[in-house]
Amino acid sequence: MTGFGDLRELYQEVIFDHNRRPRNFHALEDASHRADGHNPLCGDQLTVYAKVADGRVEDVSFIGHGCAISTASASLMTEAVKGMPVEEVEQLFQDMHAMLTEAHPDRDLGKLEVLSGVREFPARVKCATLAWHTLHNAITQAQETAKTE
Amino acid sequence: MNSVALGAHVPAGLSARAADFPILDRQIHGRRLVYLDNGATTQKPQVVIDTEARFYRESNANIHRGVHWLSQHSTDLYDRSRERVRAFLNAARVEEIVFTRGTTEAINLVAYSWGVRNLKAGDEILLSGMEHHSNIVPWQLVAEQTGAVIRVIPVTDVGELDMKAFDELLTGRTRFVGVCHVSNALGTVNPVEEIVRKAHSVGAVVLVDGAQAVAHQVVDVQALGCDFYAFSGHKIYGPTGIGALYGRFELLNAMPPWHGGGDMIHTVSFERSTYAETPQKFEAGTPNIAGSIALAEAIAYVQEVGLENIAAHEADLVAYATSRLAEVPGLRFIGQARQRAGIVSFVVEGIHPHDLGTILDMEGVAIRAGHHCAMPLMTRFGLPGTARASFALYNTREDVDALLAGLHKARRLFGLENDE
Repeated sequence: MTGFGDLRELYQEVIFDHNRRPRNFHALEDASHRADGHNPLCGDQLTVYAKVADGRVEDVSFIGHGCAISTASASLMTEAVKGMPVEEVEQLFQDMHAMLTEAHPDRDLGKLEVLSGVREFPARVKCATLAWHTLHNAITQAQETAKTE
Repeated sequence: MNSVALGAHVPAGLSARAADFPILDRQIHGRRLVYLDNGATTQKPQVVIDTEARFYRESNANIHRGVHWLSQHSTDLYDRSRERVRAFLNAARVEEIVFTRGTTEAINLVAYSWGVRNLKAGDEILLSGMEHHSNIVPWQLVAEQTGAVIRVIPVTDVGELDMKAFDELLTGRTRFVGVCHVSNALGTVNPVEEIVRKAHSVGAVVLVDGAQAVAHQVVDVQALGCDFYAFSGHKIYGPTGIGALYGRFELLNAMPPWHGGGDMIHTVSFERSTYAETPQKFEAGTPNIAGSIALAEAIAYVQEVGLENIAAHEADLVAYATSRLAEVPGLRFIGQARQRAGIVSFVVEGIHPHDLGTILDMEGVAIRAGHHCAMPLMTRFGLPGTARASFALYNTREDVDALLAGLHKARRLFGLENDE
């Protein structure tokens, strides 16, 4: 497909795929952690569930509604962190935050790199970071609703 | 959907008015700016920009203070601006016009000065279900303080107020009714005269949020009969940070000040101060003098173009947009009231409004995407938000065509339609 220019940097095929068929898109009955996220600016709303045991994210899922960027980011996130030790999740949260807002971290973030184009669209950065902030809050047991506004 | 009369008469010369707005010459992402976010704020004509700059260049001094010439001159300009607003709204007296920062501050003024003083536990505040947050939250704060209860006039599926429900909600307990003249999210024009007449029959006071109305139709507060009418300058081609509240003299006269400071007093001692009359009573501190003068110029500009011409032009654009956008597969209009002004709100199946906003932006087309600060209304329609195109006097059918092309592009990008 041609003629989309910079939009293709933001909307890569992987993002459409995860927007159409979000992975781990359900509530988690036996979750040990959960948190709500809300972007009041655009109304994006999601809940992230995590089942943490022995310092490892055994299972993770989300529900909610949002734009293609926020849905795909949440979906890709659940794929990436499932089975990951909690401290690695925290490192990934920091690296993703850096990639989306400041400068690319030293390491390659694999499939999550498809979200790197968001940095060029300041109005959309918060869409991509919402799920990550929410997971961070869930795991660190922060009581407040995560907000990106 | 309502049938639309395409090819309706477009007043001659209106499209040439785009030349009055310098910002429309600029490019966004390498494309011609197609500005369809006028419900959020309108662009400013050169005369308004020049007027504000000229005030600072030639006339700047504080008002109501100095004996010196410039102060008197500045005061005269400020007073003339108030008179211009009075005439614009056809208020009976110039004392009935209070300058504020905008609609939000005007509503807060009424909520704190009139609401807190006059409402008590069990009284009912009746708000329409299509209010902007600025005509909801101040009343929630008042309700918390006074024990008054908020009731809501429901909105029908087409986006009109349910007037039958209104009749039932209106009782002897109703002390206040707050309603927007035109809905910022749907474009619905509400039957304000009928609402005022009925509300007055039970002794309720009525505030009309005119933010989305004043740039699109003639407003006559005496004909409407309302007690308060609020609007913002920046939505009628004027600067930000200036707006006005109309209030019936008897009400304003009886209301206490809500901000204390200079310019709103008669005498001050540490034991007791006495207050100035309305409107000075409500204008503590140095006001937005330059803004008020530029607002008056914006009103003069609108009057020169003619609000009837603007209304006809925008009605043509809404009809044209409604007809063309209906061709887009999966597009659904939100709000199809019989009486509408200047706004087309819609959703496209499979594309979130926020994504639409970004893709259109890359085409130079500026729209609003989101909840429009009307979250209860979005909840009523079961939507997180909509995409909204809102028109002004400088928009053209070509602008609608650009919007349409952008929507098709978004659908192609999302794989919902094939390449041309």
